[in-house]
Amino acid sequence: MNEIMDGLIKAFQLIFSGDPRVIEITLRSLYVSGAATLIATLWGIPIAMVLGLRNFRTKFILKGICHALLGIPTVGLGLILYLFLSKAGPAGFFGLLYTPTAIIIGEAILITPIIVSLATAAIENVDPEIVNQAKTLGASESQASVTVLKEAMAGVILAGIASFNRAIAELGVAQMVGGNIAGSTEVLTTAVSNETQRGNIELSIALAIILLTLVFVISITVNVYQRRRK
Amino acid sequence: MNPIAELRDVTKTFDGTTALNDVSLKIVEGEILALLGPNGSGKSTLLRVLALLMEPTKGETYFRNIKVDGGNLEQMRMETTLVFQKTTLFSARVYDNVAYGLNVRKMQKDEIADRVSRALKLVKLEGFERRHAKRLSGGEQQRVALARALVLNTSLLLLDEPTVNLDPKNAAMIEEIVAKANQENKTTIVMATHNMFQAKNLPTRVALMENGRVNEIGTPAATFNKLSKTLASFAALENTFTGNAATMEDDTTVVEIGVNTRVVATGQHQGPVTFFISPEDIILSKARFDSSARNILKGRITEIQDSDALVKLKVDVGKPFAVQITKRSFSDMNLNLDAEVYIAFKASSVQII
Repeated sequence: MNEIMDGLIKAFQLIFSGDPRVIEITLRSLYVSGAATLIATLWGIPIAMVLGLRNFRTKFILKGICHALLGIPTVGLGLILYLFLSKAGPAGFFGLLYTPTAIIIGEAILITPIIVSLATAAIENVDPEIVNQAKTLGASESQASVTVLKEAMAGVILAGIASFNRAIAELGVAQMVGGNIAGSTEVLTTAVSNETQRGNIELSIALAIILLTLVFVISITVNVYQRRRK
Repeated sequence: MNPIAELRDVTKTFDGTTALNDVSLKIVEGEILALLGPNGSGKSTLLRVLALLMEPTKGETYFRNIKVDGGNLEQMRMETTLVFQKTTLFSARVYDNVAYGLNVRKMQKDEIADRVSRALKLVKLEGFERRHAKRLSGGEQQRVALARALVLNTSLLLLDEPTVNLDPKNAAMIEEIVAKANQENKTTIVMATHNMFQAKNLPTRVALMENGRVNEIGTPAATFNKLSKTLASFAALENTFTGNAATMEDDTTVVEIGVNTRVVATGQHQGPVTFFISPEDIILSKARFDSSARNILKGRITEIQDSDALVKLKVDVGKPFAVQITKRSFSDMNLNLDAEVYIAFKASSVQII
């Protein structure tokens, strides 16, 4: 019990003293997950718009694949990416393995199904008459689609936040393709896992507190924002 | 007379059902044309084809004598706008809703602000600019939708049941605005309605629709005179009844509309007649009460339909009467399906067509 209390006290000291390593790991985590979310949004939203607004035969297959990929084990995806990016792999010549870029790519792939599924659902939830309403007021096909996206914005933002939370909290991909190299690819989850094994409990607790706080604060902010929009 | 829009042999089918069946129709510049017909007669589909939101399965649409096709569709759509039956507002402020079409037309910011404020004044919603559109009452939302259409000043304005589900005050306001837009801006208006009273008083011409066809078209007076031909189908219109009239001594008429169901009307009429009673003219009560109303009929509630501020009831007194009351009255009176009620209306509310 004393050990835990001791660890907690030291962890708070680390956080509030502005320990450079804690800050560095936190900032890298935010950067990597933020970049991954941005990339996944850039390619995920157009896919969601096509799935949400158009009717075509293979639509249900694509949606099915997306749903199935929601729960993809991060270690499994990490391993596939590792094999791709390792020197002998097909993308080995890029030399990306064990770089933050590798984690960004991996996490972007990991969260794409989340953003596509949630954003598609948000777009499908918009009153189908909105498209016709926009058109009868003079909007072109693309302007009408943008209007639908605006109507779905609360859901789309939620999709982005859920994706960011998944990215910042996942371990498998960051560990497998990042390698937890101190000063280079260490992120919150990998550092918590590795420092615990090394017996460096107070640093682990400090990083875990930061990770949990980030995830909670973001979720609560989104909740409050959505409530105010209603 | 110049047709502003024209449908030539237009047929529209959905999954095997025919919503419009070989309709040819010319919309004359400057007129108010009412499409009158029961639910499912094709009014909404016709409006959507005219709004260029729906492509006909067969036939052609012309706008100012130019055939509408894929190449000019978006440009032609700028000339017309449709106000939907079910109010569809954007989740935004009233201002952004009304300004939407002007923004799409890339108008100057000052001009947009000026036009929006004039349109809101027209629908009596001055000062509502910053309010969230979806938090307004049903009547106010419908007026925002109307302002959003009027602000564009399109040459053709299409209205799908603009006053349905509105209380009499809001309904009258919308009728007044529509008439004003037609008189002052010379806007051509096509309006779907199943309200006989509206079809009789507002429009220049009336088109009677049934089963996806336009059966009759002409001035309200001429059209209603010919109504007898299609009377049976128009019994499906709300509160429109047919029966045999007999003149009474006191300058009133008694119309027998069913077994033991008689309605007293003012004026002298004899023989087969059709009449209409506006649902808002009917008073509903749980017990028989003394009043000046000449018509007091006992019946049962057979249908309860909840809309925004109003509750619409069907009361079967031998024939089904549509009655509308406020939500407040509905809950105060503690009404439910199959409840026994009385309906009362004045002889002067019975409008013989």
